[in-house]
Amino acid sequence: MEIILQPWPWFVGGPLIALTLFLYFYFGKNFGASTNFETLCTIAGAGRVSSYFKKDWKERDFALLFVVGLIVGGFISSNYLIPNQAIDLNPTTIQELTELGFSNPAKSYFPDEIFSDEIAMSLKGFLILILSGVCIGFGTRYAGGCTSGHAITGLSNFELPSLLAVIGFFIGGVIAVWFLIPLIF
Amino acid sequence: MKNIKFLVLGIFFAIVLSKVQAISWFRFYEMFKFQSFHMFGIIGGAVIVSAMIMQLFKRGVIKDINGDKIVPKQKKKGVVRTLVGGTFFGLGWGVSGACAAPVFVILGFKWLPALIILLGALIGAFVYGLLSKRLPN
Repeated sequence: MEIILQPWPWFVGGPLIALTLFLYFYFGKNFGASTNFETLCTIAGAGRVSSYFKKDWKERDFALLFVVGLIVGGFISSNYLIPNQAIDLNPTTIQELTELGFSNPAKSYFPDEIFSDEIAMSLKGFLILILSGVCIGFGTRYAGGCTSGHAITGLSNFELPSLLAVIGFFIGGVIAVWFLIPLIF
Repeated sequence: MKNIKFLVLGIFFAIVLSKVQAISWFRFYEMFKFQSFHMFGIIGGAVIVSAMIMQLFKRGVIKDINGDKIVPKQKKKGVVRTLVGGTFFGLGWGVSGACAAPVFVILGFKWLPALIILLGALIGAFVYGLLSKRLPN
């Protein structure tokens, strides 16, 4: 139990993520996460507005169960498996974030400046979250995948589109962290 | 009920991502600042082990649960779609620290902010669906 409650080192992550990919394919399906955004749109009735969403979502019931599992797994982890969320972050990173005005960098998984309920309900905080979401939803669908579908499944299958997509991920991420975050905070 | 295994796999994947901190805003910030090996080690490790698994799939050494050959779907080709789409995703990922699978995991940690991100993601996917025929490939 002690081992489970400690933070797991990085080198455990890769193989266990690969195990997830392996089982997903072994169960007969393509590993990925972002197609679920489209499936949820279909369930919400987007097919009435655009034929793009006229699909039978029941064919993706396996993926929706995976999503339910992700939520349940997140709930279990946050409540029972991570007694201490402090992160062993690079001290330089912590100092930079402190200078930007973040109050407790790396004391937990998520900064209060973005992830507290109070901030989320303020206009600025709400816009940060929802616009990030719009970029995530639009970008993953346009690019045809996310970190799971492109960076892990696609790269490991030596797919050129995935390499280009991952380059795009990093262009966007670097712009966000080096320029947008200092601008916003 | 044969799909219950995907529910269990989702729980497992969420626990893995949570325990190696691959859902933490701080970890992604640090990654895009190139100030730590942690996330690169996780993603790189996942790609290397997965590449070996893919070879076993391709050579037919490992078949799926029904005994069929495993053939990963080809990704849609296109330079603009991958680079521009990827950049949009990167912007959202960099600011919010959430990508497609973790956003659901984060619902179990910080449900309100994660729900707002998810709502945005559905709007974004919807906008893509509306524009998909007009966007360059």
